[in-house]
Amino acid sequence: MSEIHYREWGIASPRYWGLLAVLSAFVVAGGCAALYMERQGHWVTGMNNQIVWGIPHVFAIFLIVAASGALNVASVSSVFRQGLYQPLARLSGLMAITLLVGGLVILVLDLGRPDRLTVALTTFNFKSVFAWNLFLYIGFIAIVAVYMFTLMERKAMAYAQGVGILAFVWRLALTTATGSIFGFLVARQAYAAALMAPLFIVMSFAYGLALYLLIMLFTFAADARPLGDAVLRRLKNLLGVFVAVLFYFTLVYQLTYLYSAEHLAFAAFVLRDGGLYTWLFWAGWLLLGMLVPMGILFHPARGMQRGAVILAAGLVLLGGLCALYVIVVGGQAFPLEMFPDHTIIASGYHDGVDGAARAYTPTLPEWLLGMGGFALALLCTLVGVRVLRFLPVALPDEDTRS
Amino acid sequence: MGEPTDQPEDRQRRAFLTGAMAGAGAAAAGAVASGVLLQSIAKAAPRDTPVSDQVRYGMLIDTSKCADGCSDCVAACDAENGLDQLRKPEGADDALWDMQRPRWIREVKIKNNSNGRVTTLPMMCQHCEHPPCVDVCPTGASFRRADGIVMVDPHTCIGCRYCMMACPYNARTFIHENVASQSTQTPRGKGVVESCNLCVHRRDQGEATTACQDACEHQAIVFGDLKDPDSAVSKALAKQPSVQIRADLKLNTGVRYTHV
Repeated sequence: MSEIHYREWGIASPRYWGLLAVLSAFVVAGGCAALYMERQGHWVTGMNNQIVWGIPHVFAIFLIVAASGALNVASVSSVFRQGLYQPLARLSGLMAITLLVGGLVILVLDLGRPDRLTVALTTFNFKSVFAWNLFLYIGFIAIVAVYMFTLMERKAMAYAQGVGILAFVWRLALTTATGSIFGFLVARQAYAAALMAPLFIVMSFAYGLALYLLIMLFTFAADARPLGDAVLRRLKNLLGVFVAVLFYFTLVYQLTYLYSAEHLAFAAFVLRDGGLYTWLFWAGWLLLGMLVPMGILFHPARGMQRGAVILAAGLVLLGGLCALYVIVVGGQAFPLEMFPDHTIIASGYHDGVDGAARAYTPTLPEWLLGMGGFALALLCTLVGVRVLRFLPVALPDEDTRS
Repeated sequence: MGEPTDQPEDRQRRAFLTGAMAGAGAAAAGAVASGVLLQSIAKAAPRDTPVSDQVRYGMLIDTSKCADGCSDCVAACDAENGLDQLRKPEGADDALWDMQRPRWIREVKIKNNSNGRVTTLPMMCQHCEHPPCVDVCPTGASFRRADGIVMVDPHTCIGCRYCMMACPYNARTFIHENVASQSTQTPRGKGVVESCNLCVHRRDQGEATTACQDACEHQAIVFGDLKDPDSAVSKALAKQPSVQIRADLKLNTGVRYTHV
């Protein structure tokens, strides 16, 4: 395999600055929305005492999950010694950091008291998986940064595999902990399942790689860098496998809930009676997010068309947002079962009278905050590839034989 | 001259002086009495001594006495803890605000699916021995006192609402709006989580009751020390079978119910 050359992203300045301007507009809008929410209070959102985590959390968790998944390409290259992926490892590490930062910014700005970030960083309850997540997030950024250094600095390259293995183990722990935020909620029928942690890991594989593929294809095409079919074939097949595994986990997740009487009502809510949540599950999470992408990616002819791969990756992302909406918001909309064998027929606190779902309609500031965090992640990625050598000059087929 | 007289003006003067002296005496006695009272309160629960685990505060709610349509306990809690001082923000949607306004205690009416029996009961923080809200709180703002009261430290709560996700009783509430007016005994700020704290300010002043108990004219709520066999709540618990809500979670709640 010939030597790999890296170069800063060289698209024309007006186009580059135009891209940054568009993304910055979203970031500024998200910042203004956060400021508005902070000044007014959360009454300007659709969140309430029953649906306490809304659209901002869907975006934040999506980005955090995708961040660990974006590291896949680097992990495959360093941990599993697949030389084909080595030229793509740097971008993988960069995206792992930028996506995580975007997600964390949303989470912090949605706090009731974002000004108390220092309290969150200095006062810990170590029984809380949330507190553990803080360490895992910060540690992840630090380890991936060191990992990037070992990939980019010749003198440190000898350590790349060791640090790469550490980063891989760390990202598994991180996504396990993110899934456990829900898995450890013993009182809610929608969560409290050990399966939440592996489900989130598989989600991260799929969503992270889908986002990575889109950014890779865009940055290569915009800068007219050759990208051979061999790399694309491997990556899109890998995405197809991840989506298939996600499909399997989704199936097991729903079957488990259908099987146990304790969770049957929630399964019926998602699969049949949940209105918007039912639609998002069948049409978003299942059909558009998994079945259609698998059909495209494994199609013998269409699977190699770049437009089709882009469509498939985009649909995986859309399906991911739908899946997290069903899990995060749908899980809260389904009323708590406080009185087994009883029906709540009146309540002064919207406890799910007659089993009715709790209402939630996201407002504009919430959307802007969520999209602002997403835009921040993309902005940081594009600035990163512009100022540092994250992207290989070319990946033609003859250079990718390992 | 110099002889005592009994003219009308003298009688008036005497009456005035007598009244003034009596008033001064009463005032002095009142001052002394209030001092004694303050001292006795301070002795009852000195604020500079740690809360003891020799007591565990809890409640028994007799749902057979809880009257349908009565919301006296809710109103009393709102007044005691300054929740009635919060106003709907200008421009807020009525229906949404109803889901965002804070509540520490609420009435719930439930129907038994098997026999159709309807029960009315107040729901609030159940003051668990193993509270999920305390386990999940990243900063430790959600905590359990040695005397069993589960509450939120408003100074270290960052408003992440994870405790609200974890609470099996939907007992926590988030302050969604700016706070213009508040009660000194229940400090409050926008963007933090709150819940019933069994009128903790009363505990620290040595008082024996909670606001909801005082307000309940049906005597459906009995509050007290669960560890003291002679307390009213312990005696009431010994008299009849009671249940914990979601006993399957094994949280050992401090609030118990009968006739559910």
